[in-house]
Amino acid sequence: MNLHPQLIIDTSYFAAAFLFIYGLKRMSSPVTARSGIVVAGIGMLVATLASFLYYFVVDDAARPYLPTNLALAAGALILGTAVSWWQGKRVAITAMPQMVALYNGMGGGSAAAIAAVELLRTDVEHPLVPLIVTIVGALIGSISLSGSLIAWAKLDGKIDKTWRMRGQQVLNGTFFVATLAVGVYIVVFANGHADPRIVAAFFVGALIFGVLMTMPIGGADMPVVISLYNAFTGLAVGFEGYVLQNPALMIAGMVVGSAGTLLTLLMARAMNRSVANVIFSNFGVTGDEQQGEIKGSMKPADAADAAVNMRYASKVIIAPGYGLAVAQAQHKLYEFVKLLVDAGVDVKFAIHPVAGRMPGHMNVLLAEAGVPYDMIYDLEDINDEFKEADVAIVIGANDTVNPAARTNKSSPIYGMPILNVDQAKQVYVIKRGQGKGYSGVENELFFADNCNMVYGDAQKVMVAMIQAVKSLEGGH
Amino acid sequence: MDLATTLTGFVALYIFMLAAFTGYEIIGRVPAILHTPLMSGSNFVHGIVVVGAMYALLNASSLTEQIIGTAGVFLGAMNAAGGYVVTERMLEMFKPSQKNVDKKKA
Repeated sequence: MNLHPQLIIDTSYFAAAFLFIYGLKRMSSPVTARSGIVVAGIGMLVATLASFLYYFVVDDAARPYLPTNLALAAGALILGTAVSWWQGKRVAITAMPQMVALYNGMGGGSAAAIAAVELLRTDVEHPLVPLIVTIVGALIGSISLSGSLIAWAKLDGKIDKTWRMRGQQVLNGTFFVATLAVGVYIVVFANGHADPRIVAAFFVGALIFGVLMTMPIGGADMPVVISLYNAFTGLAVGFEGYVLQNPALMIAGMVVGSAGTLLTLLMARAMNRSVANVIFSNFGVTGDEQQGEIKGSMKPADAADAAVNMRYASKVIIAPGYGLAVAQAQHKLYEFVKLLVDAGVDVKFAIHPVAGRMPGHMNVLLAEAGVPYDMIYDLEDINDEFKEADVAIVIGANDTVNPAARTNKSSPIYGMPILNVDQAKQVYVIKRGQGKGYSGVENELFFADNCNMVYGDAQKVMVAMIQAVKSLEGGH
Repeated sequence: MDLATTLTGFVALYIFMLAAFTGYEIIGRVPAILHTPLMSGSNFVHGIVVVGAMYALLNASSLTEQIIGTAGVFLGAMNAAGGYVVTERMLEMFKPSQKNVDKKKA
């Protein structure tokens, strides 16, 4: 039996689908995670190389174009890989979330391009079911492309204002319905043989809708949105895989589609909001509720005093937030933590599910600074330990430690799980100023009797704390 | 011999259903610490779309199809390569602590 190219292609895709699932499985544990991405990477390499064998099995109509097409494919492949490889290697770890958004958008665009090629083919019959799937995939992929680009621009600081106006939801809804109507026309009335201008109008409509949908969403909600678009791209890829009769695309796309949907729900739940609430409403717009009178006052403390207090404590728990990353203070923080550990203090990190810009983002930032992952605890694993802690230190976090989430029913963050830092004997809050958190809610923790505020840039505060502890050691 | 695979409606639905459960199971048991790397990893996995774009491009028989197909391969390659680099850089940093080094004096 001679080896038919299609057989090699199919075998390679089967191997790729297996390696993707096995790789993702390995990525789900910190011990094997590193090898997981390598395994999945091998799958991708095998599938991509095997795809060049399509050269031998293309449609007769494409034969005359084949040399050009092959050159274009190789060129685009090399260029796309080179550009993103170079970019991805250089970008700072704090900028990872927007890079995920950017590359995710590219994938959505690629799925939309596949759909566009299918929809522009007038020489073939379009059966109804694949046609519907093509259109739905095109819609989702295009929304994911333009929406992800807006998310990337926002997180990267290229767009820094949320763009809201009256009747926004009506406008978005109208746009969506109009785009959908064009899609229905292409399927039902044109049987997939619509005028190219109408097909173009459909894609433009979907792209604009992606922009409209993402523009009003604030930076704090972006992780949920990126995760949602990640799931969108997965679905679009899966759908186009069905259209192309390619099981590898179907499996990979649908695995990501469902995993991404679950991740989106987990993130939204951690912020005590529904996904619909994130996308269709604007946080804080109704922020006129009565806020209970807060008794007490904010008491400032000196960084050196706080550091010495922690040096002689037996148990310290650290609750970091995005402010830590903004100040790039994670390296100095770990240097300070090492001094405490050397002095015999039991130090743990407590991570709120939405600390940072994505769930787990804070873990990545701490890992970058060299903090071992067995010092880092999730909210549910550590929350009972705060009452045994001598000192809890809050760095650049606010809403995630606000006791109002437990007690104040009128608060917009009521019901959100929080870190119980207020139960520690002494709380220090390192903060740049007296401002409120993302939710715009005053934090009664800051006014509590056992809480002191250390004002200043997190990095400068950490340097002062390191010096305080070191001078203590030197004096012995 | 005929090697053409035809995924009729129900076979496709079975594949979609099983794949959806697989994705759900993989993410459902993951500690929050790995959520960002896993989102990035799944972002890489749907970069397989590049393969579909290559199929579309190699079968292109008009200038329009060539242009769109090339764009599709370029975008898909960016998704796959960028997703890989970013995920690998994140996962590279996860290391356990060296207890014997940390606990040297009391």
